[in-house]
Amino acid sequence: MSLLDIRNLRIALNGAWDAEVVKGLDLSIERGQTMCLVGESGSGKSLTALATMGLLPPALKSVAGSITLKGENLLEAAPARLRDLRATSMSMIFQEPMTALNPVARVGQQIEEVLEFHSDLSQSARRSRVKEMMEAVHLPDVDKMYASFPHQLSGGQRQRIMIAMALIMRPQLLIADEPTTALDVTTQAQILSLIRELREDQGSAVLFITHDMGVVSEIADDVTVLKLGEMMETQAIDDLLRRPQTDYTRDLLRSVPSQVPRPPRDGQSNEVVLSTDNLSKTYSGGGWFSKSREVKAAQDVSISLIKGRTLGIVGESGSGKTTVARCIMRLIDPTSGKINVGGTDIAMLSQKEVKPQRKKIQIVFQDPMRSLNPRIEIGQSIIEGPLNYGTPRDAAMTRARELLELVGLPASAVDRFPHQFSGGQRQRIAIARALAMDPDVLVADEAVSALDVSVQAQVLDLLAELQDRLGLGILFITHDLGVAAQICDDVLVMQHGRVVEYGRAGQVLGAPQQDYTKTLIKAAPGRHWDFANFRPFAEAAE
Amino acid sequence: MTDQTAAIRPPGRVSPLARTREIVLSSPLVTIAAVILVLVVLSALLAAWIAPHDPVRLTPSQRLKPPSETYWLGTDAFGRDLFSRIIYGGQISLVVGVAAAIVAVISGLMLGLLAGYIRWIDAVLMRMVDGLMAIPSILLAIAIVSLWGASLWTVLVAITIPEVPRVVRLVRSLVLAAREEPYVEAAIAAGTPPFLIMRRHLVPNTVAPLIIQGTYICASAILTEAILSFLGAGINPETPSWGNIMAEGRIYFQINPGIVLWPGLVVSVAILSINLLGDAVRDALDPRMAKRGIER
Repeated sequence: MSLLDIRNLRIALNGAWDAEVVKGLDLSIERGQTMCLVGESGSGKSLTALATMGLLPPALKSVAGSITLKGENLLEAAPARLRDLRATSMSMIFQEPMTALNPVARVGQQIEEVLEFHSDLSQSARRSRVKEMMEAVHLPDVDKMYASFPHQLSGGQRQRIMIAMALIMRPQLLIADEPTTALDVTTQAQILSLIRELREDQGSAVLFITHDMGVVSEIADDVTVLKLGEMMETQAIDDLLRRPQTDYTRDLLRSVPSQVPRPPRDGQSNEVVLSTDNLSKTYSGGGWFSKSREVKAAQDVSISLIKGRTLGIVGESGSGKTTVARCIMRLIDPTSGKINVGGTDIAMLSQKEVKPQRKKIQIVFQDPMRSLNPRIEIGQSIIEGPLNYGTPRDAAMTRARELLELVGLPASAVDRFPHQFSGGQRQRIAIARALAMDPDVLVADEAVSALDVSVQAQVLDLLAELQDRLGLGILFITHDLGVAAQICDDVLVMQHGRVVEYGRAGQVLGAPQQDYTKTLIKAAPGRHWDFANFRPFAEAAE
Repeated sequence: MTDQTAAIRPPGRVSPLARTREIVLSSPLVTIAAVILVLVVLSALLAAWIAPHDPVRLTPSQRLKPPSETYWLGTDAFGRDLFSRIIYGGQISLVVGVAAAIVAVISGLMLGLLAGYIRWIDAVLMRMVDGLMAIPSILLAIAIVSLWGASLWTVLVAITIPEVPRVVRLVRSLVLAAREEPYVEAAIAAGTPPFLIMRRHLVPNTVAPLIIQGTYICASAILTEAILSFLGAGINPETPSWGNIMAEGRIYFQINPGIVLWPGLVVSVAILSINLLGDAVRDALDPRMAKRGIER
């Protein structure tokens, strides 16, 4: 008998059975196996996990079907019984390790708390058990770590603490809800191998929730694909990747950006639309009396972007890639260096002097929920820029309608509000707003990172199409090597504010010279698998 | 696979009238508060028709009478009808409350926007605001009144000035948060001048909190006016206001306690109603509160 057995699970919002958010899910996990639950936002994958843990929010209390853990139906268990099971038989790791830990308690004590409630061990026995566990998740300097506060640890260390906390009672079932999504790729690789190792050591079953096919290919034994609450298919990992049964899974796999760099485009134009020369940004804190430490967010960054080409800036969090983008946009003032936009150095100009140059360079931000003013119609957002430069309102509005059609939305959408659109649609609107200025350069700051993979593929296609048609130079900031490989002609890798490697995409991503670039590429999940062609790269080469 | 996950829905906007009704009917307490407030405002507006007696006519023969058929709430030390004086007193108190709220909110909004958006103004202005907030507001008001003499205008100024720093701080913090929003940065990138950025992208973010702050200032201004009058630093004692009715009545508290208690009751009930309505508006404008409503 399987350890966890979910039969015909159905969850409805506010008891409305005609609007179910999970529609008849069947799933079972054996001991020592990892089941991946895959789906885009709104697929109900997190709700399934919460239902198993008995942690559904009150609005979603209408649950039908059965969730059986070791022969016991969890949906009928009393709250006290569930509380007991949650520590001893099943436990959960969440996406954001910073908010899941109590910021004012020492991390060691937070792990120990679990033992305090669920075991009869003495205090010294508890403490040694906690330290053992912390060693098992490969935390360095355990004695010092034990007494640290969450803010003193890195994101990866915090996630290790969460895992230690989840595993301290040796539960048979571990539920991991997007445990690596908030982490950098190198950290993600470490956490994934840790989960794999612990599963083997403790023989527990893992229910792993993710939206990332790369991660799935690294960790799964079996995969269940969900779409809008409906179960699409369940298969062993190799079968799923090679022979997906449904169109949805096929599309999902095809949307995964390939890690292989795009073929280089032949250069007809050599017109440089944007270049920087030793651009640096230093943040210095302190007041009149004290000089606190300086943070060099970007140092000596020199780039050049050719008309109609895409330059990618790649790096992990804190690498300074966004600082560079914001300096180029003059949203922050660079400390030194030059920024040439269409032949003018804008690095040291005043805001008033920059204004005429702003037309030439526009930006698309990461978060589609916050990049449009929620209180004004999208048409007004789009024409804001042109109006500032003296375009008559009627002409600007006509142009806004054309632009909406250009980015694949109906022209009549101009008088709708941002909340009436999905994330992908809003990102299209943000692109239309940037294009309204007829810029030479488009800066995309993680512009597709917040989107589902299928929507991400569409927005990338749109950018490529617009680039072809309008001859845009695109500066593409991303942490995702797959996305960079897919659309960039040139790639610049940054670490700790410095440029590590800069060159043609094929060279940097295909045959990297620097150790850091090699590490990054090696850490990228699913790099052996050619998702779009349903086979590993190794077979393609044969 | 299409990008139509959220099909474009038609605009669903609620008319202001329907919204008001929704807020007023949100709980019985709020409904009662609204009814009381409407009654108080109407009686103050229509005082000339409603009041049974002239509020300033002295009738020495009828001093300190208990409530009767002629004098519903009794008379004060000069034989003036207490009920009529309370109704007329509402005019001054409500004018002071509403005017102080509007002036404080508007001037606080202007200063707060400047402080939140322009660095060097922030440094200078916020130190002045800190200084102003260090002085107890009643003390500051008394000082202002004694400097320029008591009149409706000086009382209004004296009550409004101590309220402004609080609004400035509120607006500044809202602006500091809102200017980090990508849509504000997108507007900067689009070359929108600072004035337009403030008007179009920053001011709308401050409206909801300012409505609530306004109701509290209104209530506290009525209270401050009453305190000033009570201390003898208020407007001309001839003109009735809720505060000076109480101030004059306190000497006769043992003979006719109603002179202090009735206007005191009206002040408390009016302020309580305004605060309740302010809370209801805040809840209605706060999306998190709306979400909590679903779970009930």
